[in-house]
Amino acid sequence: MGGIKSSIARKVAMALSGLFLVLFLAQHFTINFTSVVSPDTFNEISQFMGTNFLVQAVLQPILIFGVIFHFVMGFILEARNRSARSIGYAKFDGNANSPWVSRNMLISGIVVLAFLGLHFYDFWVHEMQVKYLQGDMSGLNEAGEFRYYEETVAKFAGQPIRVAIYVFSFIFLMLHLLHGFASSFQTMGVNNKYSKGIRTFTKAFAIVIPMGFVFIAIFHYLNNL
Amino acid sequence: MKLNLKIWRQEDAKTKGEFKNYQLDEVHGDMSFLEMLDVLNNELIENGKEEPIEFDHDCREGICGMCSLQINGEAHGPDRGITTCQLHMRKFKDGDTIVIEPFRANAFPVVKDLAVDRSAFDRIQQAGGFISVNTSGNTQDANSIPIEKENADLAFNAATCIGCGACVAACKNASAMLFTSAKVSQYALLPQGEIEATDRVLNMVAQMDKEGFGNCTNTGACEVECPKGISLENIARLNREYLAASLKG
Repeated sequence: MGGIKSSIARKVAMALSGLFLVLFLAQHFTINFTSVVSPDTFNEISQFMGTNFLVQAVLQPILIFGVIFHFVMGFILEARNRSARSIGYAKFDGNANSPWVSRNMLISGIVVLAFLGLHFYDFWVHEMQVKYLQGDMSGLNEAGEFRYYEETVAKFAGQPIRVAIYVFSFIFLMLHLLHGFASSFQTMGVNNKYSKGIRTFTKAFAIVIPMGFVFIAIFHYLNNL
Repeated sequence: MKLNLKIWRQEDAKTKGEFKNYQLDEVHGDMSFLEMLDVLNNELIENGKEEPIEFDHDCREGICGMCSLQINGEAHGPDRGITTCQLHMRKFKDGDTIVIEPFRANAFPVVKDLAVDRSAFDRIQQAGGFISVNTSGNTQDANSIPIEKENADLAFNAATCIGCGACVAACKNASAMLFTSAKVSQYALLPQGEIEATDRVLNMVAQMDKEGFGNCTNTGACEVECPKGISLENIARLNREYLAASLKG
C-alpha cells in the first residue's frame, strides 16, 4: 500500500477493493438465501465452496486480502483527511450540504469491521478448525448428514442477542453501502448519462442485500422458536 | 436589528487564536455581510481599544473570489450560489448569534483573524493550469478551431471557478479536488488543452497532494457550497484524466 502514493490512486484502490467486496456480498447473500428456501441446496453449495480448491486456495486468500486492504486503506485515507485540518470549526453544519452517511463512513466501517470479527469467529474459525486442523473435509455430522445448515441455524435459533447484533451490524453495512457503492463509480471517473441509473441500482443494492441478510437471521430465529 | 457576533481573532499564523464576542445594535437588513463587518470595524477603530478585524475582500460583486468566511458553520454563509460579499443581513433575525470563522485547512494558514493564505491554489494552478502558446506570430486564432457546443459549455462552466476556497472549507476532509478538477476540466475539454493534458493533470494533482489537502470522499458538500455551482462531474473527469495519464506514464 505504501507504493500507492497519490490521493487519487489511493481513492481508486479503495473503490476497486470496495467493488470487489460488493461482488462478494452478492455471492454470499445468494448462497445464504438458499438456507431459507432449500436446506439441501444450501448444504450442497456450502460443501462445494468449503472443499473446492479454487475457492479455498485462491479466492479465499484474495477475499481476505481484499477485506484487510479495504480497511487499512480506509484508515490511511482517514488519517490523511484528519491531518488536513488540525484546527476544526467551532461550528460546522455538515447536514446543510451533505448526507450523514457520506460523512461517517469511518463509523459505519468500524461497526462492519467489528461485526466481521464476530462473524469470522462464528463461522470461519470453526470451519478452519474442522477442515484444516481436524482434517475433516467430509462436511458431515455424526449422523452422517451435511452439517452446514444445522450449524448455521444453530447460530440464530434461541440466540436473540446474536440476531440483534446481526441486525444492528447490517443496518450499518447498509449505511456504508448507500454512500460507498455509488461513490466508487464517481471515483472511477464514471459520471455520465448512466450515472442516474447507477445511483438507483447501487441504492437498491445497498438496501436489499443487507436487509436480505437481516431477513435470513430473523427467519432462522423465528423458525426455531 | 441587534446581532451577537462570535468572531475568531488571531494575531498571525504563529499565534494561538480565540473567539471574541461583539454586539452590533443597528444592523440593517440591506447591508451585505461585509458591510456589517465594516460597521463593526468602524466601531472598533473609533473606540480605539482593539485593532479592527482583518478579513479578505476585493470586488464585493461575487467575481474575484477574495472574500471567504465560515458563517454559522457554512462556507459563505447559509445562502446558495453566492459569495460572502453577496450575503445580506436580511438572512438573519434580530437577536441572532453569528459565529464567524476563517476557512479552516492546514493548506490555508491564517494570516490574521479571518484572512487566510490561499496561495496553495496559485501553486496548483502554476503546476499545470495553463496552455503553452507559441507567440512567434504564427499562432492559430483560437476562434478558428471548431469546438462542440456541449464541450464548450462544460469548459466554460468549469472556468467560472473563482478559486475562493469554499470547496476546501466545506469539505470535512479539507479536500481541494473540486478546485483542481475545475482547473483541469477547463482545459481537458478543449483541443487547445489536449497537448499538455497528461503532464497537466499529473502535476496539478501532485501539487495538490503536496500542499496537504485531504482526499475527496464524494460527500458533495463542495458542490453545494460552491458559489459558482462547479459540479462534481468535474471531479469524475479529473479522476478519468488522472487514470488515463497514469496509464500513459
